[in-house]
Amino acid sequence: MPSSNLIRGNAIVANEWTCVTLPPPAEETVRKQAGKVVLFKLTGEVSATPEQIAATQIPASGKVLVPLSVWLARKQELSGRLDKGELGVWLDTHESVESLVESEADLNDFPLIGVHVERFADGRIFSIATLLRTRHGYNNELRAFGDVTRDQLFFLKRCGFDSYLIRADRSAEEAIASLKDFSAPYQGAVDEQLPVWRRIDRNAL
Amino acid sequence: MYKYDKIDQTNVDERVAQFRDQTRRFLAGELTEDEFRPLRLRNGLYIQRYAPMFRIAVPYGMLASRQLRKLGDIAKRYDRSYGHFSTRQNLQLNWPKLEDVPEMLAELATVEMHAIQTSGNCIRNITTDQFAGIAPDEVIDPRAMAEILRQWSTFHPEFALLPRKFKIAVSGTKQDRAVVQAHDIGLEFYLDANNQVAIKVWVGGGLGRTPILGSVIREHLEWQHALTYCEAIIRVYNLHGRRDNIFKARIKILVKALGIDEFRRQVEAEWLHLKDSPNTITETELKRVSQHFEQMPYEVLPAYDASFDAAIASNPAFAAWVKRCVHPHKQPGYRAITLSLKPHGKAPGDATSEQMHAVADLADQYSFGELRVSHEQNLILADVKLGDLFALWEKARKHGLATPNIGLLTDIICCPGGDFCSLANAKSIPIAEAIQQQFDNLDYLHDIGEIEINISGCMNGCGHHSVGHIGILGVDKDGSEWYQVSIGGKQGNDASLGSVIGPSFAAEEMPGVVQRLIDVYVQQRTPEERFIDTVRRLGIAPFKARVYADKDVHKEVAHA
Repeated sequence: MPSSNLIRGNAIVANEWTCVTLPPPAEETVRKQAGKVVLFKLTGEVSATPEQIAATQIPASGKVLVPLSVWLARKQELSGRLDKGELGVWLDTHESVESLVESEADLNDFPLIGVHVERFADGRIFSIATLLRTRHGYNNELRAFGDVTRDQLFFLKRCGFDSYLIRADRSAEEAIASLKDFSAPYQGAVDEQLPVWRRIDRNAL
Repeated sequence: MYKYDKIDQTNVDERVAQFRDQTRRFLAGELTEDEFRPLRLRNGLYIQRYAPMFRIAVPYGMLASRQLRKLGDIAKRYDRSYGHFSTRQNLQLNWPKLEDVPEMLAELATVEMHAIQTSGNCIRNITTDQFAGIAPDEVIDPRAMAEILRQWSTFHPEFALLPRKFKIAVSGTKQDRAVVQAHDIGLEFYLDANNQVAIKVWVGGGLGRTPILGSVIREHLEWQHALTYCEAIIRVYNLHGRRDNIFKARIKILVKALGIDEFRRQVEAEWLHLKDSPNTITETELKRVSQHFEQMPYEVLPAYDASFDAAIASNPAFAAWVKRCVHPHKQPGYRAITLSLKPHGKAPGDATSEQMHAVADLADQYSFGELRVSHEQNLILADVKLGDLFALWEKARKHGLATPNIGLLTDIICCPGGDFCSLANAKSIPIAEAIQQQFDNLDYLHDIGEIEINISGCMNGCGHHSVGHIGILGVDKDGSEWYQVSIGGKQGNDASLGSVIGPSFAAEEMPGVVQRLIDVYVQQRTPEERFIDTVRRLGIAPFKARVYADKDVHKEVAHA
């Protein structure tokens, strides 16, 4: 039996959440530029059709992590699950944080928010987490998943993530070491808000 | 200059350990080429045409003599005994082995150096004026703020993977020498009406494929807010910059697409939330860092030195060097000097290990053990006594470091080009060398006067061709190398982008093309005019007419 690839805090834990994904669109439009497939969606781009949203299968019981577009469109149907503490929402890096924020009076009603990163190089995930934690006051579990490997972990942690689903072909046990790559960060960020010169007296070093 | 404390040393040491492990995993096949690329790039390691290229950070161009010695030693031990100083004030080695790089980083860490963020889609080395701290026209010494920016940008977690590279320049002089208008962010420090240090913030400038001069996003920013304001700008860019097309991913494209007014509105809205957050710089921190850049212990000297005046009068070669390579200093009796890395017929910006050691010795003997790298790819000794200049010149000359061509035609800015760089469309160094040979007469060079020739081997523009008085750009046409020529570009407060004069040329035509441009200038100039002034007065037409004169003849012959 494969062990879990989920790091939460500083430990590897079992994943209690089922991640719900949209069914593929009826017609996939492949965008190309200079002959290359364009993988990145621009911020604010629509990510799902009404048909896809309607066709999304959500398990009837247990903890489910649903796409933002499904949550926004099927809120009534899902609000009971939210009340029971078994509904989380995930968004893609090109989706708008604001639409999630506006959808619920208190973001902390969600026990879990996930951010999906399609490609390692997509650094929007860092600003999205920073905004959720600082601007919008989200305090519960914030999970990174998708193309998540050990070399982003330190940055993800500093931007406010506290759980990381390591890509299936990589070892979470090895990755966990990278949460401690650096011990004396210079600038304030989400996890340690004070820059080094406010934390310690550098004149005394 | 800035000296590391425990915090700084811990950061570079932990980086060495991190990169050593990343390299190990790559060599063991645990990381794919695609996965390793962004990791090695943010450590300055490119895979180039023939070998990796390794770029070592020289933060805002400042070096201590012991650091330069170490660079010379590393170049000798792990490379071919020379290095290339780049237009970003960094040092590049062209022939290291990938598996040696962790060890090279470890050696660099022993002299408070690193290769952090010298490449990759992150905030790069902060650059500034090579005469910072000593220039007579300086209002604010920007180096303390440059160091604060360096620390803040180092492993900044939110901006670790931007849409594209991000370059910040700072300047604190009346005459801009840091090209702030050609950077993603330019911070221009000045004293405001209340005599407080303030910043004029430029955004969205850049050379490369789409050269654009920056726009002013804020006329007046109190210095305390430098970091939070940069965070607001870069956050808007990180979220909204294009990531689908590498050629449209720089912040300049976003600023242009939104318009500066809308971009400013978004940044200011973001900044409302960030203003006064903990990254706001305190007086204490500025003071702590500024202590590292306090004035050197200068001797009180008269403004004139009789032995210096006598040497100028009796030695024309020394006088020629003084005219070109010696620069004013705010302290009476002192001068800054440029050691030219542009001897005729050599690759611009290259220095051998032996030269690095020689310069380190000169710095120790004559200039408080410090030196600077200029973005024009020369080395600067910033604090030399007038009475020492002659002795220094004689030594520099022995090491081939005293070519009196600073600011003249052969002081060419040039990228490594197709000889080394895998991005390049064409070679650039042989063009520079051929031009230097064409103009290898010092009297003639002095008569031509101040002119900047900038050469880039491709439109990424590392050689800053678009702001060269004469800009030369390598282009690829049907698989062969051609050179497009522009004139009228200029860096500085009155920066401008050059205009292309017409169809491109073959490599062997280039010295002749430059010769014709110069001939037009020499014939048309008024007594006070530099090349750039004549181009601005006359426009490109007379230059174009001369350069293409017999091209047309050839065509007519061909058609006849």
